[in-house]
Amino acid sequence: MSFKMKMSVEGDTATIRLAGELDGSSAPDLNDLVSQAVGRQVGKLVLLLDELTYMSSAGVRCLIFAHQKLPRGSEITLVGTKPEVAETIRLTGFDRSIVMQ
Amino acid sequence: MTILEPIDAYPTQRIAGYPVRAGRSLPFGATRVPGGVNFSVFSNHATSVTLVLYREGEPEPMAELPFPESFRVGSVYAMTVFGLDVERLEYGYRVDGPRRPWQGHRFDPDTVLSDPYARMLTGHGPYRHRSRVTLDDFDWEDDRPPRLPHEDLVIYELHVRGFTRHPSSGVSAPGTYAGLVEKIPYLRELGVNCVELMPVFEFDETDNVFTGVNYWGYSPIGFFAPKASYAATGRDHMQVDEFKHLVKELHRAGIEVLLDVVFNHTAEGDERGPTISFKGLDNATYYMLTADGHYYNFSGTGNTLNCNHPVVRGFVLDCLRYWAAECHVDGFRFDLAAILGRGADGELLHNPPLLESLAYDPILRDRKLIAEAWDAAGLYQVGSFPHYSRWSEWNGRYRDTVRRYVKGDLGVTGELATRMVGSPDMYSRRGAAATVNFVTSHDGFTLRDLVSYDHKHNEANGEGNGDGDDANNSWNCGHEGETDDPAVLALRARQQRNALLLLLASRGVPMLLAGDEIGRTQLGNNNAYCHDGPLTWLDWGLRERNADLFRFTRRAIAFRRAHPVLRGGSPGSVHWHGVRAWSPDWAAHSRVVAALFDGGGNDCVYVAANSHWESHTLELPAAPRGQTWHLFADTAAAPPMDAFEPGSEPPLANQSQLSIGPRSIAILVTH
Repeated sequence: MSFKMKMSVEGDTATIRLAGELDGSSAPDLNDLVSQAVGRQVGKLVLLLDELTYMSSAGVRCLIFAHQKLPRGSEITLVGTKPEVAETIRLTGFDRSIVMQ
Repeated sequence: MTILEPIDAYPTQRIAGYPVRAGRSLPFGATRVPGGVNFSVFSNHATSVTLVLYREGEPEPMAELPFPESFRVGSVYAMTVFGLDVERLEYGYRVDGPRRPWQGHRFDPDTVLSDPYARMLTGHGPYRHRSRVTLDDFDWEDDRPPRLPHEDLVIYELHVRGFTRHPSSGVSAPGTYAGLVEKIPYLRELGVNCVELMPVFEFDETDNVFTGVNYWGYSPIGFFAPKASYAATGRDHMQVDEFKHLVKELHRAGIEVLLDVVFNHTAEGDERGPTISFKGLDNATYYMLTADGHYYNFSGTGNTLNCNHPVVRGFVLDCLRYWAAECHVDGFRFDLAAILGRGADGELLHNPPLLESLAYDPILRDRKLIAEAWDAAGLYQVGSFPHYSRWSEWNGRYRDTVRRYVKGDLGVTGELATRMVGSPDMYSRRGAAATVNFVTSHDGFTLRDLVSYDHKHNEANGEGNGDGDDANNSWNCGHEGETDDPAVLALRARQQRNALLLLLASRGVPMLLAGDEIGRTQLGNNNAYCHDGPLTWLDWGLRERNADLFRFTRRAIAFRRAHPVLRGGSPGSVHWHGVRAWSPDWAAHSRVVAALFDGGGNDCVYVAANSHWESHTLELPAAPRGQTWHLFADTAAAPPMDAFEPGSEPPLANQSQLSIGPRSIAILVTH
């Protein structure tokens, strides 16, 4: 399934819906989108992941990228993360910088 | 605004369909650069080198890219390849050159070799030796090494897999770096502040001809690659992140991380061994060879790395710098380190350049360097290892002395005293941090087995019980092996406490073997390198079954932490006593000795040791500064009265005498 993403900004919250596979080839696009969100000075980033079927290590790294680019104290929330993706995030410690719902 | 890419972000030509350009010679290995990956590899004697690229898991290469002559600088072949999906990429090298073993050359272009600098290897399956590229942008947050003073360490030696692999561990990812993270609260409770991880460099867990299992992993394949199968996320190629996460979490808990590193030999073995990397890249450079091309064997395992060759030296330095700088590791314990002081023919070097480089390296300046100061060819340098005021040593003489004393041998009391105060006969100039004291380690009996067996029982290793050390200085307390006899069990329990208490009350850096604090057994196997199962996994049920021993060990560690005088201090701060105060008896038949460590204030500790089978009454020196003696520990007492919480030790009723039981250690403290 090809990768798709869409961002909407409301107030200080940017919501990005991801679908398909987030891997080395699609990660740079998400990084661009995160950069745009940073440019609009959002304080909250919500990633809707219920349609995301796969996240590679490059995808996980997008979360770190977002964490480091957003201002300190910003919140990143993952919603609907599939269990195997959530497990990888947890075992490698990336869950420390984000909130998983 | 348009940002121009640097000019080297553009290819100049195509090879095998891939856009490429001449690469940068340094750093070695596969490095991500704008738009591509820079591959750099060394060989002095190759006639041609080819980069072999695979899509992950595919049997056949997707491309083979020969290095053009113009891409070679000196003996380094470097090429930047563009447009690669590094997440799905596996690679290796095909290297051709002379096939003249008698001159040391073993080139074999049919074999695709691992990159010795690979940050990841596939690690499993039929293509386990393929190299992979890492995306290293781990979020270290504000990680800082604890930077504990060397002499304040209490080292805990453990096997990453064995520590949590047993079903009783209760962790979510058994046998992994992530599993170990879940046990950090246990380490905190015990009170250790440093873990020493047995080898985590990628190795082949099947490379054993006897049992088919290599559990310990002292046969490295990828020196820059954390073992993939120790990572729950290894199948997603996230082992580097998972390892870094472990280090970060240990640091957060105030615990340092040392790696047990093996630079004396590799998994390639001798003439009969496989060709994986060095052997095919440049055998004559990487290995110590005889004049007719055979392998020297100072390691007991077939081959010996030629580690004082300038190129190999650079490799070792690069490797340790990587683990220190990129993975935040706090230090290293070097397996068979005496070999690192040998030259190309195995001769002992007066001023070994590798050891000197490591001692003065700018990146490694604050890292601990601990030598196992002997090798398998009989070179024993404990006390004489070239240290450059930097290196510490595993003190094998400490181990042997404490074992012999606890066992009840005659004639060791005087030496015990020397070992207890930091072995000044060997380390007076370097101070207490130079001696890493231990009674047990992965190599040999566990503590419980040390007091349960007179002889090793290695039958399951498949070598007819011929492997493993015969000189264990062990004593079974009257019955060989497992028993229900309460008298034997009580004596064993006390002997374990004796060894632990002496260790934790000695100057120098104590090292505990994981599981000794809860009575782990290997059923008399003193060389369990080849067993991956309940024999070697830590059974966490022992935590409850031997809760007394755990509590005792925890209190002994806390006591040590409360008393700096036990960790270091001037020789003048120790006074010796015997059955009579101020009159130590150094005669060969003496089995009683007492040390008074006086650091001033409440930091005054009296350690009395009796390895005789009868009790003795010792005349006590007056407690200094008008204080009174309090009892911290008495291994002859039944738990929980065998040790008290530091700070709440009860006063001694009789301030002028101490009755010390048979085969026991007592410790007093002033308040």
